[in-house]
Amino acid sequence: MNRFAALLDRLAYEPRRNAKLRLIMDYFRHAPDPERGYALAAMTNALMFKEAKPGLIRGLVEERTDPELFRMSYHYVGDLAETVALIWPAPGHESVAPVASGIPAIGHNNPPPHVPSLTEVVETLATAGKSDLPAKVAGWLDALDETGRWALLKLITRELRVGVSARLAKTAVAQLGGIEPDEIELIWHGLEAPYESLFAWVEGRGPKPESGNPAPFRPPMLSHPLEEEDFEKLDAGDFLAEWKWDGIRLQAVSGHDSHGRPVRRIYSRTGEDVSRAFPDLLEALDFEGAIDGELLIVREGLVQSFNVLQQRLNRKAVTPRLVADFPVHLRVYDILTEGDEDLRDLPFTERRKRLEALVARIGDPRIELSPMVPFETWEDLAAARADPASVGAGPDADAIEGCMVKRANSPYLPGRPKGYWYKWKRDPYLVDAVMMYGQRGHGKRSSFYSDYTFGVWRDGPNGEELVPVGKAYHGFTDEELVRLDRYVRNHTVKRFGPVREVEYGKDRGLVLEVAFEGLQRSTRHKSGLAMRFPRISRIRWDKPAAEADRIETLEKILERGEREIHPLKEQET
Amino acid sequence: MALRSTDILTQTPQGLYCPLGDFHIDPVRPVKRALITHGHSDHARSGHSAVLATGETLRIMGVRYGEDFAGSSQEAPLGESMRLGDATVRFTPAGHVLGSAQIAIEAGGTRVVVSGDYKRAEDPTCLPYELVPCDVFITEATFGLPVFRHPDTRAEVRKLLDSVALFPERTHIVGAYALGKAQRVMALLREEGYDQPIHLHGAMERLTELYKSEGISLGETPKVVASERSKLAGAIVICPPSSIQDLWSRRFPDPVTCFASGWMRVRARARQKGVELPLVISDHADWDDLCRTIRETGAGEVWVTHGQEDALVHWCATHGIRARPLHMLGYGDEGEAEEAPRSGGEA
Repeated sequence: MNRFAALLDRLAYEPRRNAKLRLIMDYFRHAPDPERGYALAAMTNALMFKEAKPGLIRGLVEERTDPELFRMSYHYVGDLAETVALIWPAPGHESVAPVASGIPAIGHNNPPPHVPSLTEVVETLATAGKSDLPAKVAGWLDALDETGRWALLKLITRELRVGVSARLAKTAVAQLGGIEPDEIELIWHGLEAPYESLFAWVEGRGPKPESGNPAPFRPPMLSHPLEEEDFEKLDAGDFLAEWKWDGIRLQAVSGHDSHGRPVRRIYSRTGEDVSRAFPDLLEALDFEGAIDGELLIVREGLVQSFNVLQQRLNRKAVTPRLVADFPVHLRVYDILTEGDEDLRDLPFTERRKRLEALVARIGDPRIELSPMVPFETWEDLAAARADPASVGAGPDADAIEGCMVKRANSPYLPGRPKGYWYKWKRDPYLVDAVMMYGQRGHGKRSSFYSDYTFGVWRDGPNGEELVPVGKAYHGFTDEELVRLDRYVRNHTVKRFGPVREVEYGKDRGLVLEVAFEGLQRSTRHKSGLAMRFPRISRIRWDKPAAEADRIETLEKILERGEREIHPLKEQET
Repeated sequence: MALRSTDILTQTPQGLYCPLGDFHIDPVRPVKRALITHGHSDHARSGHSAVLATGETLRIMGVRYGEDFAGSSQEAPLGESMRLGDATVRFTPAGHVLGSAQIAIEAGGTRVVVSGDYKRAEDPTCLPYELVPCDVFITEATFGLPVFRHPDTRAEVRKLLDSVALFPERTHIVGAYALGKAQRVMALLREEGYDQPIHLHGAMERLTELYKSEGISLGETPKVVASERSKLAGAIVICPPSSIQDLWSRRFPDPVTCFASGWMRVRARARQKGVELPLVISDHADWDDLCRTIRETGAGEVWVTHGQEDALVHWCATHGIRARPLHMLGYGDEGEAEEAPRSGGEA
């Protein structure tokens, strides 16, 4: 447990992806089975403990600490799990215990605390009954040090929050044996903790584990953004185009287990099994194979905006009411397998025919084809992209965020291969805002003020004032970052820990042109708005702050749900 | 009849004052006669007419303020009683930094001990803390909350060395206070067998030389040459905490930001400073040692100063010890106390 705790501790502070990867690999190399397998399960969120709940921890610590000292400590630290980890009165630390009213004990003859292995912790948490747990957990807390206790509590609350995705953890396993992470994805859903057969395979000590899953995830094919210079190199005649939908990419897989029972699964782009969230879509998967498409909410034949889709995604419980109010559809654009046949090596045009035939056979309105966008030249496609309604997208135009451009003969390859698929997004929204705060970045950028909060004008009680509308930390070059950092340092008016407030007002301040993909209402922000993917598109060293945009510009984007707000400037770079 | 504690020691705008002996302890403004517990700049200031302190503390003050830091100075031999007016004083090691001492004042059968800053943990760069039984104990409370329990320093230093082994192409930059912590980290690295040069920020240089001249071996400690920073891949560099994220640190190859401080125990603190490798190494007593020390002195009355006074006063009250907070201004400007919130309530 101590080694795993040390790993989590290091990961929690390490901002760099590659450094995280090395830390995890180093752990996998040195930790024995089955310890490392349970660690992998924890990092891929594959552990489930029914009876271990945060309430259990609170109860334990309340019994053992002076309530006033606990209150002061919690107030200071701010995080319950961390406070408990730090304050826990292990044997020999009597100075936080509540003052006993009875006769003090003369020592004790309890067995000395024993530091549990991660394996023991996981196996016990998975099997122990509710009444046995408190004593077990208290015993471990006694035996572990601060970092160990913190890791244990993170495990129990199932909130590691150390900035490691399941994908990154799997990549670390793959790199142990120099294999592609996608090969692990393919067999992943047939594996179980502690993954001994997986480690044996990547270390060359055993055969490749069979995918016991009749409906496995296959890594999706991803695209590259289409750049201006690409048009000269690419021949429009070699490509086909579809709309790019503003939804969620999903893979729907349907098969049969060894007893002939249907097995249906829905996976996210990263291979997470999200079947449970979409029982209505699961019902419609009446086929054998794997299809690739976009999840959308369709009401009365009309595709709804991403904001509407989010309202369904953010719910924990999937109630019949939610299903009825937010009907999901899968707009499909590719097929990976059909029956026992792997179609991924076929050219896109051939797969498309198979897909069209399959969708016709399924005959369920919830599974529908994503239409092709006809074009002869890149100019045709540019026109279609600018005005989807004009080429048949009709009222769905609002849910389109551009075009997907696919080479007609492209196989279906995992990952992001070069030269096959491109995304050609519509231009983002742009707004001119004024920098209000700068915050230190992380990792390589920790000595730079690299995260900027910006605001737009609105009417306040004392005339026009700036209200923050978002925060962005990319979009600029390294040279620009140096200048922005210098600007923050030279124009600081107040400091709050890692944050500096800069000068701003009608006659002073720096204007940032901010690009973003959409807006939604938010109660968390003062302005009542939240931006999707905001980034700095240009730094307007030349523009007076008084000429930055007003909040009404954003309100209009939100109300109309439209794309063209603000006369879009052609991209100048 | 024994004197009351306030007859022996009282609070004045200059700091703690002993009317019987007519001297101040660690005064924040120039006074006629100052007794200094240790060399951190919030305790040891220049401009007093006469200073009494340990030899090491006097030499530290000389390095920091120049040889004319006081009108006159006198060395206090550790463990020896000295008569000052109607009081007797005695300096005893406090284990905080090189030369640090507690000051015991005795008059009319009552003994008051001003601990200054102290720690009970082992430190290869200074004499260990010695317990002085007393009637009134004046304790610091920098880490006066039960969430602060300092771990074994060896494990913390090993964490640093493991990271250097795993990332040999990166520079590990360790923020540490220039007096005490920096030299303790160097000594701990040497104890763990690290024999490479330890590179120093210029601000560390003179005090480190002083430590060496006091007989503490720290190995090779070259000063970082600005133009050579990019060549220090795989090296350990020690700098003041304010430099770990400053422009100065940018030129090192892909630096790993480390910080050696008791505050690193709390994650939010470490993250707020952008620290990637927190090292929980403190020169102050942790919660358990504060409580243990209060108990062991046998004091019936405790005054709690600079830091988290409230929790420790509460603990004393629940253990039948009379205690009161001493809200003294002007301390906590150097060393770990610098990071302390201004008042207990705000924390």
